[in-house]
Amino acid sequence: MATISNLIFQILVFFSVYVQVFLFVTFLENKKKIIRREGPITLKNYPSVTVIVPCWNEERTIAKTVESLHLINYPKDKLKILLVDDGSTDGTWEIMQRFSNHPNVQIFRKKNGGKYTALNLGLANTKTEFLACLDADSIAGVESLVRLMSYFENDPTTMAVAPSVIVNNPRNIIESAQKCEYYMSVYIKKMLGFMGAIHVTPGPLTVFRKKVFDDLGSYRHAHNTEDMEIAYRMQKNHYKIEQCNDAYVYTNTPKTARALYKQRSRWIYGFINNTIDYRHILFNRKYGNFSTFTVPAAIFSILSVAYLLSRIIYNFSNFIYHKFIVLKINGVGGLIPSHHLDLFFVNTQSLFFVIIFIYTFVFMSITVGRRMAEGKWSISLDTVYFFSVFGLIAPFWLLKAVYNTITARAPSWR
Amino acid sequence: MAENNFDWKKYLIVFLITMGLFFTAIYLSNFFGSKKINELKSIQDKIAINILSSETEFSLLSDLSCKNVSGSALSAELDDLGSKLEWSQKNLGAKEEVTSLRQYYSLLEIKDYLLMKKISARCGVKSAFILYFYTTADNCTLCDQESVVLSSLREKYPELRVYSFDFSTDLSAVKAMLNIYKIKDTALPAIVIDDELLTGFHGEEELDSKVQESFKLQESKPAGVLPKQ
Repeated sequence: MATISNLIFQILVFFSVYVQVFLFVTFLENKKKIIRREGPITLKNYPSVTVIVPCWNEERTIAKTVESLHLINYPKDKLKILLVDDGSTDGTWEIMQRFSNHPNVQIFRKKNGGKYTALNLGLANTKTEFLACLDADSIAGVESLVRLMSYFENDPTTMAVAPSVIVNNPRNIIESAQKCEYYMSVYIKKMLGFMGAIHVTPGPLTVFRKKVFDDLGSYRHAHNTEDMEIAYRMQKNHYKIEQCNDAYVYTNTPKTARALYKQRSRWIYGFINNTIDYRHILFNRKYGNFSTFTVPAAIFSILSVAYLLSRIIYNFSNFIYHKFIVLKINGVGGLIPSHHLDLFFVNTQSLFFVIIFIYTFVFMSITVGRRMAEGKWSISLDTVYFFSVFGLIAPFWLLKAVYNTITARAPSWR
Repeated sequence: MAENNFDWKKYLIVFLITMGLFFTAIYLSNFFGSKKINELKSIQDKIAINILSSETEFSLLSDLSCKNVSGSALSAELDDLGSKLEWSQKNLGAKEEVTSLRQYYSLLEIKDYLLMKKISARCGVKSAFILYFYTTADNCTLCDQESVVLSSLREKYPELRVYSFDFSTDLSAVKAMLNIYKIKDTALPAIVIDDELLTGFHGEEELDSKVQESFKLQESKPAGVLPKQ
């Protein structure tokens, strides 16, 4: 039993390293192509863009979101904003009405039906060649849209471009940890972009050619992760998705461990179930790196974390058990280590070194991602928060998502 | 349409790099592992020399006086080596080497025990001896508890010497001890103190009083008479 368990563990660890090396090699291959533009840029043409903002009980953030779109560096006559109230029960509709007299804003109100229905209502009212959706808890950076649009200008085969999503104004440990994680995502997404293997077109301001929806159909419920499903559908049909690392969208992230846990359970649940829905494209070379790298890598990471958790729990309970015996026999005094620290007892198993390699890669991903987003090399305390918060809670939301999938229980939004 | 971007060469190269990293990790692990084994060997050699030297000294001076006889290997040193060996068996890859080192360690313990018993009897050095038998082959929770009790006692009485033997040690000298004291693997942990066999878990208070009795017993014995075996 022990050897089988060990073998599984070694395989999982091997693939974790493999994924990190793959991303790193992609980085080395494409390093020169990563550009970060500082000031405003101009396009040859400014095609019309419709931004759909689906809202459900967003009275606190919606005004800022819309204002950020008004401040955006893009010709006003080329930008249409559609605000869709998906049956909010708070003051969202009243706030939306304040914007109704702007010439480029249109507001809609419908019965609550889920985010994808709000997006589809926006889609039905889109007449422009390009469209973007912007979550009502996010703020678009001034230069974001024009930079995103430059990718379409440079490559006519590009069908969607995702921005760099940055955590808006992190104030506590949970948010700071996510700030780091989002930097890491900037790095990973950019690499997946180079590989043509992006698996999610995030709600905060991904821009699409309208053709995508004309050809492939509208948004689907997709286990509450419609922004992932559309990316899967695009990959299945060989529609190119790019990542624009210098287009910034600032998003409000969960402020508490509980809210984060809920959000991530929903994401992972969405990932597992979308993957099940699209299982036939898995490991099929026809669909490129998306099916041979991105999705398998994500599956492996779920398995690894779940497995690691069981091992950690096992080791930890052993440790507690031993301490408990000492406590029972010797009292509290026995818990204070009496012998001096001996270097002999430092772990030097090969696994220990492999884990150091993995941590180094993760640390590098965060640093490079931060550099790609902020333009500076820096290390902050956030990294420590990241490792501790995600190390502690991530296994649980993974397990929760797996549990929900098995029991066919769809997670709620909030 | 995006071109098909599957490039098997890249997958292969990444595979090779990953293998490289794994081999580096294994190399580093072996490097530090063998350093540790060497450290164990040198501690063991030092202890062996100590014991041998004490034995020789004892034979040379047997007819003269006790005051020149120095103690054998320090009890603390033997304990330290014991815990390092146990840790190594759990954490180091080189199992065979560690197993043979553990056999050697058991032998050293027996030698130290015999010698110290003689010295204390002849010269009246205050001491008490516990032979402790446990097992690592099965999941022995009582052994875990007994080990903690013994460590605590050892800290309390520096003159107490605890010799631990793994039941599964494949060494004739250890097997002989098991035979002498009639120790069975079904009755572990087992403790021998002053030729009395105690099986199962025994708490600190009980053993404490036994150790104190053992000290008293020794004081009442006239110096220079070897105990009957």
